[in-house]
Amino acid sequence: MKPIALHASAIRARLGNVEVLHGIDLALPAGRWTSIVGPNGAGKSTLLKVLAHLLPHEGSVTLLGQPLATLGQRARARQLAWLGQSEVAGDDLAVFDVAMLGRLPHQPWLGTPSAADLAAVEQALRATQAWDWRGRTLGQLSGGERQRVLLARALAVQAQVLLMDEPLANLDPPHQADWLLLVRELVAAGKTVVSVLHEISLALQADELVLMAQGRVRYQGACADAATHRALEQVFDQRIAIHALAGQYVALPRP
Amino acid sequence: MKDITRQQRRAVLLGLGLLLATAVLLLLGASVGSTGLESLTRMRLDPLALQIVWDIRLPRTVGAWLAGALLGLAGAVAQGLFRNPLADPYLLGSASGASLGVALALLLLGALPATSLIAPWLLHLGLTGAAFLGAVAAVLLTLALARGVQHTLRLLLAGVVVGVVLGALGSLTMLLAPEVMQTLQAFILGSTGLVDWTACALMAGVLLPCLIVAWAFSHVLDGLSLGEATAASLGLPVSSMRAALVVVLALATGTAVAQTGLIGFVGLAAPHLVRSVAKTTHGRLIFLSSLMGGVLLTAADTLARWLLAPQELPVGVLTAVLGGGYLLWLMHRQGSGGRLP
Repeated sequence: MKPIALHASAIRARLGNVEVLHGIDLALPAGRWTSIVGPNGAGKSTLLKVLAHLLPHEGSVTLLGQPLATLGQRARARQLAWLGQSEVAGDDLAVFDVAMLGRLPHQPWLGTPSAADLAAVEQALRATQAWDWRGRTLGQLSGGERQRVLLARALAVQAQVLLMDEPLANLDPPHQADWLLLVRELVAAGKTVVSVLHEISLALQADELVLMAQGRVRYQGACADAATHRALEQVFDQRIAIHALAGQYVALPRP
Repeated sequence: MKDITRQQRRAVLLGLGLLLATAVLLLLGASVGSTGLESLTRMRLDPLALQIVWDIRLPRTVGAWLAGALLGLAGAVAQGLFRNPLADPYLLGSASGASLGVALALLLLGALPATSLIAPWLLHLGLTGAAFLGAVAAVLLTLALARGVQHTLRLLLAGVVVGVVLGALGSLTMLLAPEVMQTLQAFILGSTGLVDWTACALMAGVLLPCLIVAWAFSHVLDGLSLGEATAASLGLPVSSMRAALVVVLALATGTAVAQTGLIGFVGLAAPHLVRSVAKTTHGRLIFLSSLMGGVLLTAADTLARWLLAPQELPVGVLTAVLGGGYLLWLMHRQGSGGRLP
């Protein structure tokens, strides 16, 4: 049996008075990249927040075999990093300081950054090509540049499991390609990556696909499977078609 | 690391500059007053001159610095906590709570038969206490209405509601009992005229623990600037720390307001001024903003005593005019392509 990184069972969650997730059971394999896709309002971001223990919910989530609810906040933060969707970001913080926030779960309270912290921050900023602007503030960066800094912040945690909500927002194609390489490196190093993506062609680059609609998981399967492609077309009401092109899969709108 | 060290160097230089400015202003504050520089030069020979400098000028100068430092600290905490550069220390309703407290105390004193028999210092202590209690009660009311500190927006809205309602009650008191109007108006304008060494000791006693707590939780403010969910995902116990920071905010503001009245713009402008010189994490911003607040208010207070000497302007009027001018300049800069710092 494949080891499981995140196991969610009977998850129900509400935003305000509206139930958004209606009983979700999901097992995400460790050491793999899983993409979550689905129409707008399917509950993808909410599910990701529940998996990161950031939203009150019914049901339970286990992280690498341990129930999230019993794991201490800092212990959880060391093992699981979360990158939110269009999070507001302090314009006044320097890029370096933002990335260093990713090391908070590793630092003693009021402690100064260790050599390991500095090395992790440099590695993360170099991985997203943000090292050159480490002295600038977020307010001085474009949307895409800012996204790369926030991505570096999540990478700097060096967590075993990385959850990312729309990590490619505002990124230009070369940096989207860089992000793909980065995720593959992480997975090759044994990390688990879970991403919510609206760009289907990019999501199909993952190992596994989770399809969501109306607060439920509709399908889970390997990205290379034809059955997954059919399920994908069905979730999007047959408005897209999956084609094989140059050894990859692309989603094109169906006229 | 060149850029990082440049920002750090600017922060350190700013800190040293502000300390130097503090020293100069303390000296200036001791030499400005209705009797002029003369009192300072004749201090050694003339016991009256010594008394003027030691018992009047110095405590109010030091007091202005401490009140400004408390407001600067509260401003930095408020802006970090609410993730809003326009947040100011009076946001949780403490200003209108304090003025209502003073209004009610004055009303009560007016109703007492032999007010003239009460020693002035006791009267002052009573009004100070009323202002502090009013400020703290207003913050507690805001917290109750917002049902805790969890939701930033709810907290902000509750603060606005409490501010408006308590402000209206204060005005109503003034209307019903016009005899309190002058004292209350003086309080609302803000003044350092009544600050003595006891008040200084009290403010210093509050400033120090507030600074330490705010500094200890400055990582939370840094984390919060990336959003509440991100801060929580980093393992920061956001709600308990936010509660601690709200206590710092209420205590620092309440203490400053109780001693010097409603001095506007210092808490709003101090963190902005610091950020316009050096972009830094909240760990340093807390201290720099505090120093900046102290320097701003001491400078304004010295100016208020000197401009029309031997008369003096209420310092609150001066900070409002200077602060308003500063914000206008900021707006103008933003309009011409700059950004709010």
